Amino acid sequence: MSLEVMLNAAGLAFVVAGSRWHQADGQVMFVFILAMAAAEVAVGLALVLQIYHRFKCLDVDAISEMRG
Amino acid sequence: MNPRPSTCIRYFREANMELTFYISGAVAVIATILMLTRLNLVHALLYMIVSLLAVAVDFFVLGAAFAAALEAIVYAGAIMVLFLFVVMMLNIGRQAAQTERQWLAPGIWAGPVILSSILIVEVVYLTRGSSAGLGTGATGPKEVGIALFGPYIVGVELASMLLLAGLVGAYHLGLRKTEKPEIQHDTDTHEGRADTGGDLVLAGADRSARTT
Repeated sequence: MSLEVMLNAAGLAFVVAGSRWHQADGQVMFVFILAMAAAEVAVGLALVLQIYHRFKCLDVDAISEMRG
Repeated sequence: MNPRPSTCIRYFREANMELTFYISGAVAVIATILMLTRLNLVHALLYMIVSLLAVAVDFFVLGAAFAAALEAIVYAGAIMVLFLFVVMMLNIGRQAAQTERQWLAPGIWAGPVILSSILIVEVVYLTRGSSAGLGTGATGPKEVGIALFGPYIVGVELASMLLLAGLVGAYHLGLRKTEKPEIQHDTDTHEGRADTGGDLVLAGADRSARTT
């Protein structure tokens, strides 16, 4: 969700810049950021579901399985 | 003599535009800060939706109506509903009803309701005035579409491939979940047959998943 906030801030910056110089490129980049955020959210939430079904919890400290 | 009132009105409208821009920006910042400091995920999602809507109003004031519509529909509509869906899905359990009742306590609605009512007042004010005075660099959806499918056609193709990859990846990651009960069932039969002590040929004995 924090990632969403950061992507949203980047999109806002692009749109503001595009409106400052009267170009449509800012909104084009915003559309790309939107598509990327959608794909990233889909994969991330699938990962979260998978972790939950495998470990029955969502605590990152509890499910650390790496030796090290 | 005649242009003076019109310029005065225009100046007044521009000042009001700036004011609405700053107000919705402040709403976005406040909602984001409140979202980041919430400990409960559903409350954080509420503030996140308010923040996204505030940013959408910002886009609308800036003249990027297409981006505003996309922000409201895709971000606040689709992605946040996806988040909410997963949060509700992970919460199927014993005390789920109790925790949901705790989430929906009437006190926590105050913050998002206040912030989004500010946004609603702004939107009503903006749409009541003439839409011709929207911002200075208003770029409509037509220009965005022309730019999108003109010089940025490679980007569109790349975005479509990224979305396809995301779709396939999410499907693959979600597929294991339905495979899990089968593995469980398999090990159960394995345990049951091992108890008999016979040298039966076990079904699917060469599966690597059985060892886990």
